[in-house]
Amino acid sequence: MNAPTYNFAYLDEQTKRMIRRAILKAIAIPGYQVPFASREMPMPYGWGTGGVQVTAAILGPVDKLKVIDQGSDDTTNAISIRKFFEKTAGVAVTTSTGEATVIQTRHRIPEATLQAHQVLVYQVPIPEPLRFLEPRETETRRMHALGEYGLIHVKLYEDIARFGHIATAYAYPVKVNARYVMDPSPTPKFDNPKMNNSAALQLFGAGREKRIYAIPPYTSVVSLDFEDHPFEPYKHKACCALCNAEDSYLDEIVTDNKGSRMFVCSDTDYCETRQSDGHRGSENAAPYAESANA
Amino acid sequence: MLDVTANSTAPGAGAGAAASDEPLLVAANLGKSYGRLAACRDVSFELYSGEVLAIVGESGSGKSTLLQILSGQLTPNTGSVSYRMRDGVTRDLATMDEAERRFLFRTDWGFVHQDPAMGLRMAVSAGANVGERLMAVGHNHYGKIRDTATSWLERVEISPERIDDAPRTYSGGMRQRLQIARNLVTEPRLVFMDEPTGGLDVSVQARLLDMMRTLVSELGLSAIVVTHDLAVARLLSHRVMVMQGGRVIETGLTDQVLDDPREPYTQLLVSSILPA
Ligand SMILES: Nc1ncnc2c1ncn2[C@@H]1O[C@H](COP(=O)(O)OP(=O)(O)OP(=O)(O)O)[C@@H](O)[C@H]1O
Ligand SMILES: [Mg+2]
Ligand SMILES: [Zn+2]
Repeated sequence: MNAPTYNFAYLDEQTKRMIRRAILKAIAIPGYQVPFASREMPMPYGWGTGGVQVTAAILGPVDKLKVIDQGSDDTTNAISIRKFFEKTAGVAVTTSTGEATVIQTRHRIPEATLQAHQVLVYQVPIPEPLRFLEPRETETRRMHALGEYGLIHVKLYEDIARFGHIATAYAYPVKVNARYVMDPSPTPKFDNPKMNNSAALQLFGAGREKRIYAIPPYTSVVSLDFEDHPFEPYKHKACCALCNAEDSYLDEIVTDNKGSRMFVCSDTDYCETRQSDGHRGSENAAPYAESANA
Repeated sequence: MLDVTANSTAPGAGAGAAASDEPLLVAANLGKSYGRLAACRDVSFELYSGEVLAIVGESGSGKSTLLQILSGQLTPNTGSVSYRMRDGVTRDLATMDEAERRFLFRTDWGFVHQDPAMGLRMAVSAGANVGERLMAVGHNHYGKIRDTATSWLERVEISPERIDDAPRTYSGGMRQRLQIARNLVTEPRLVFMDEPTGGLDVSVQARLLDMMRTLVSELGLSAIVVTHDLAVARLLSHRVMVMQGGRVIETGLTDQVLDDPREPYTQLLVSSILPA
């Protein structure tokens, strides 16, 4: 804001160029994990240093940045990343999905359909989808190179054998552009269909693991499954208590110490926008028109 | 000499019929050195379809090294390994790319390790261990994969009730039988085994050997079995190759070699391990 103590968006130009090269390569090979020389950032690893570096490398002065954590703009993590870029890049920030040009996220993909001029940046803790069954890096690389993905189905098989259905609810593996299997990281599988054929560019940054990967616009993203156990995006069977949305990802909130609970949209911007458009849920006094429309 | 016989087969005759007269696997002048140590030198032989070959010899004689080379896991310094693929075409392993070799390794071949932990995923259920190869080649129906796994467990005498248990809860003998099922599920034509009964109790060994013998004959499998236990060679194999210091010093029909060894080294081996 004042005379900048940092280079624009904190990272020096040399580093940004290196990250951009990794991003370009990632876009050229959809779903492929590109190694990059991850830098120390002034925040701990769990806080999304991979996503922050990607954002820093793509941000321009005219961008409008939105940062969400679990769908919310107001968690400590989201606020501190937003403030970080306000301070180091002086860019405009917003909580509105529609207005943002760059959205950095942990966990969620906004409910509002993203547009071609937008970039979604994911903070990724564990980029390797094969890691849980194959700890050797040399072996997982070879599996990716040769497209040997039987192991992913071993994991899904284990789910069904144990729980009767595919219980994986987060980090649900996808195949990108019919080639590379990718871990959408802590994103709930509810959001997987939004990755498919999206108009927006999607970039993934893993700081500790030093990997960047991407889904270019309009790329196929298929959630892996079995013929007799097809992929199903899980959703609580409820609608939002605040905006009555039936199609959004809901968080369960305990409302008192007697165990009462309600469901509300995890995407706070989506929920607030719907409320200001006049939608009301069970916890909100319904306006006349809606409650009377029996 | 091999090329001449191969070429003399009349073309145009049914490829399958003509091909089955040819060896399944041909090793030619294989050699492998580690520094100045020749772990394996000048090994040549042919393996025919349905044949079980035992490789015997004392510790350090080069058995495992040879098996690694034959199964494409180790590149020899000299010589070549050729394999007659399912389509009848014989290919030199060295000319295959890695993807082809790995595909061959987990479809038409099996590899049974002495230590089941090397050949199994110890933390994954028995069903998934058996189903993995199927999933790797694109089988995508959970119910069918599970049914196939169930029938293979029965075949190797593991109760289907144990299908969801991980092999780390299995006994040593069960693990080894599971490893065999995991390998056979894609109906390979050739199975490599490195000391498959090593480290097991004698009674457990006997049961495993008996089962392997049945499977090999029922499925018409070809196998190359490395063992230093001549009793294993006696029970399983049609032919024996005796190795010493990296060389094959004697080879022949199993009974012949074990009952009437020519080489002094083999005589020693036979007399010390098989008391007359
Ligand atoms: N990776 C290696 N590096 C160096 N030397 C090796 C290596 N692998 C094997 N050797 C040596 O090659 C020789 C043959 O070893 P190999 O493992 O093939 O013997 P083996 O007949 O299988 O013995 P054992 O019955 O003990 O398993 C030995 O002298 C061994 O020390
Ligand atoms: Mg050995
Ligand atoms: Zn809502």
